[in-house]
Amino acid sequence: MRPEISRSRTWTVAAVSGAAVLLTAACGSSSPTANTASAPGVTATTVTIGSTQPLTGPAAPGYSEIAPAANAYFKYVNAHGGVNGRKITYTYLDDQYNPTSTATQTRKLVLQDQIFAMFQALGTPTHLSVVSYLNSEHVPDLFVASGCNCWNSTSQYPNTFGWQPNYTIEGKILGQYIVQNFASKKVGFFLQGPNDEFGADGLMGVMDSLQGKGLNVDSTPAYYTPTAAGAMAVGAAIAGLQAQGVQVIVSFSVPLFTAIAEASAAGLNYHPQFVVSNVGSDPPTLSAILTGGALGHKLPAGLIAGTISDTYLPLLTDASNPWVSLFQGIKATYAPSLPWDGNVEYGMAEAYTFVQALKAAGQNPTRASIVAAVQSSHWNDGPGLTPYAYSSSDHNGFTGVQMVTVDATGNLTTLGPVQTTDDTSGGAIVTYSGAASTPPTGGIPSD
Amino acid sequence: MFRRSTLARHGLFFLGLAILLLLLTSFVFDPYTNYNVSEVAIYAISAAGLTVLTGINGQVSLGHGALMMIGAYTTSVLLTWHADLPLILMLVASIATTGVAGAIVGIAGARLRGPYLAGATLALAVALPQVPSHFASVFGGNQGLSISPPLPPAFLGANFAPEEWLAWIALAAALITFFVLANLVRSATGRRFRMVRDNEVAARLSGIDVARTQVLAFVVSAACAGLAGSLFAYWVSGTSPGGFTLNLSLSLLTAIVIGGLGSLSGAVLGSFILVYLPVWTGGLTSSVNLSSNVANNVPLAIYGVVLIVAILVFPRGVAGGVASIVRGATRTLRSSRATGALPAAPEAPSQ
Repeated sequence: MRPEISRSRTWTVAAVSGAAVLLTAACGSSSPTANTASAPGVTATTVTIGSTQPLTGPAAPGYSEIAPAANAYFKYVNAHGGVNGRKITYTYLDDQYNPTSTATQTRKLVLQDQIFAMFQALGTPTHLSVVSYLNSEHVPDLFVASGCNCWNSTSQYPNTFGWQPNYTIEGKILGQYIVQNFASKKVGFFLQGPNDEFGADGLMGVMDSLQGKGLNVDSTPAYYTPTAAGAMAVGAAIAGLQAQGVQVIVSFSVPLFTAIAEASAAGLNYHPQFVVSNVGSDPPTLSAILTGGALGHKLPAGLIAGTISDTYLPLLTDASNPWVSLFQGIKATYAPSLPWDGNVEYGMAEAYTFVQALKAAGQNPTRASIVAAVQSSHWNDGPGLTPYAYSSSDHNGFTGVQMVTVDATGNLTTLGPVQTTDDTSGGAIVTYSGAASTPPTGGIPSD
Repeated sequence: MFRRSTLARHGLFFLGLAILLLLLTSFVFDPYTNYNVSEVAIYAISAAGLTVLTGINGQVSLGHGALMMIGAYTTSVLLTWHADLPLILMLVASIATTGVAGAIVGIAGARLRGPYLAGATLALAVALPQVPSHFASVFGGNQGLSISPPLPPAFLGANFAPEEWLAWIALAAALITFFVLANLVRSATGRRFRMVRDNEVAARLSGIDVARTQVLAFVVSAACAGLAGSLFAYWVSGTSPGGFTLNLSLSLLTAIVIGGLGSLSGAVLGSFILVYLPVWTGGLTSSVNLSSNVANNVPLAIYGVVLIVAILVFPRGVAGGVASIVRGATRTLRSSRATGALPAAPEAPSQ
C-alpha cells in the first residue's frame, strides 16, 4: 500500500514540475533557473503553510477572523502571480484554544498535510504545547500570533519567531502611562492565568515600570481561566478587585474575557479605569460581543468608552493611511463577509510579513533559507508603526506601541507618540523617531 | 486443547494480532497513521475499562475522562520533577494512583444506583479539570505541563520515526490490557460482575458480596483509564486540563455504546470511530466551500448525525450489528448450500 502511495506522489510531483519547466521555458521567463520542489510543502507551483486557530471556543470571538483575513491577503497575492510563481495554500485548523487540540492538530499539519512552515499559530498556552515539537522537526514557526516573550529564545527555539510586540514590551509602555497619568490611584490586575505566560509576561512588564515609583499596587492579581467554566468566575474576580478599592484595572485578557470583565464591573456599579492589552481591546470586536448578546443579554457598546490600550498597527479608522486603504480594499474583494476590525487588519498585516519572508527566502526556498531570511532581514518597510527587531540573536517582531483610548463613538484615538523599548528589566522606553512606512505599489512586497 | 483453555486460545489470538500490528505499523503505515493508531489504542484501553464497568458490571460512569486525567497528571508531574524516569515506571505509577482514585470513587459509587451514580461521576468529570487552576504551581494551571515524547531506543536507528515507537508502545499496552480483560470477563470474577449487573438480589442470595464486586470493577476500570491517561500524556507531549473536559468522558461512553455495550471488540470499534470520524468529516468540510461560521461547526454536526443514525441502525452497537450481519450471512450461505445440494439427491437413486 505504502509504495503505491509514494509512487503516485512521485508521479504527481514529476508531472507538475515537468509542466512547470515547460511553462517557464515557453514563457521565456527571466529567472535563470526553474522552480523545483525545494522543501516539504513546496512544489514548483505551490507553497503550503499551516496554522492552528481558535475558530470555535472561548477565544473565538474576534480571533476566528485572523486566519481568514490572512488567507484573503494570500488570495490577493495568488491572483497577482503568487510568490516566484508559487501560489500560497494556507491550511488553518481549529484547536478551540485548547492546548491538547493544538498538539494533535499541529501533528496533523506536519505529518499529514506536510506543511512547509507554521504561520501565525495563535495563542500562548496553546502554542507552548507544540513549540518544542516544531523545532525538533525543524519546521519554521513563523510569526506566532501571541506576544509571549518565550518565542524569542534563539538557542532553545531557533525556528520560532514572534511578530507583535511582546507582552513585556507592551506592559512596560502601558505601565509608564499609568505612572504618568494615574499615580495617585490604586492599581490592580486582571490576568489570564495563573501560570499562563500571557498574563505573567504582561504583569512583568507593567511591574517593571511601576516598581519604585511609589504607586499603591494591589499585590494579588485576579486571574481567569479561558474556559466556559472560567467565564462564570469573572464576576467574583472583579468584585474582589472592587473590594480591594482598585481604581485602575490592568487587564491582559482575550476579547471575550475583557468584555465580561468590563460588563461585570458595570453590573456592580464599579467604574475603574481599564487599561487593556492590545490583544484584548479591539473596539469592534468588544462591541460585537457586548451588543450581540454573547454574554446572555444585549449590552450597550458604550460600556468600553474610556478604555485605554495601545496599538502597533495604523488605526482602523485612519482612511488616509495607505496600509489601511490597501487592506480594506483587499478585504472588500477577497473576504467581503469579514468585518473591518483589528483582527482582520492583524491577519492581513502578518500575511504581508510572511510574503516578505517567502520572497527573501529565494526562488527555491528551503526551511533553512526562510529562517535565515527572516534573521538577516533588517526590513524597515512593514505595516507596523515600528520596524521589526529580527536578527540572528533576536526573534522578536515589532519593538513598540502607541497608546490609544476608546472614544465615545467606539473609535480609537492616539495618546502621544510611538514608543519603543526592549523586554529587559529597566531597559529605557524611547520615542520612535523613524518615518512611517508605506506599502509598495500594488501592495505586494518587492524583493 | 485450545478449545478448552481460554488462556491459551486468547494467548494465540493476541500473539497473532501483535505480529500483524507490528508488520502494519512498520511497513504499511506512514507516521501520521501511526500517530492516529496510537490514539485509537489509547481510547480503546480506556473504553475497554469502561466496558467492564458499564457494560459488564452495570455501573454507569460519566467520569472516566477525569480518571484518565489523574493518570496523565501522575505521569506529567513525576516527569516534571525527574525528566529521565523510565516510561514503564510512569505507566505503572499512573495505573496505581488512578486505581486508588477508582477505589475511592467505587466505594462511594457502591452506595449509589443508576442516575445517582451517573450524577456523582459527572460531578467528578466537571470538578477535576478545575483543580490544576487552583494548584497551578504543581499542575501548571490552564497551560499545563509539557513533557518530552518517548524517544525510540538507539538500536532502532536514527531515522526511526518517534510516531512509530509511540504506536508500538500504545499498541503493546492495549494488547496486554485486552488480553487481561478478555480473560477476566470469562473468569469467575467476570461472571460475578455480570451477575451483579443482572440481578443484585440473586447475586446476594448466591453469596456474592455486591459492594465488593462493584468496587473491584471500579478499580479495574480506573486502572485502565490511568494507563490510557499516562499514554495520552506521552501522545500529546504534555497534560493540560483542556484535554480532559466532560466531552472526553461522554465520548468514551459514546464509543462503548456505538461499538457495542458489553463487548470488548465494541470498545475497539467505538474508539476507531471516535478517532477517525472527525478526521474524515474534517477532510469533507475543507473540500466543500462553506462560510467559515458554518464550516467550523460542520464536523460537530456530522458527528451528531452519525451517532443518531448509528444508534437507530445498530441498537446493539456496531459490534452487535456486525455479529448479526455475519450470522445472517452464514444462515443465507447455509440455506443456499442446502438448496445447492438438493439436485444431487435425486441422482443417488439413479446410480
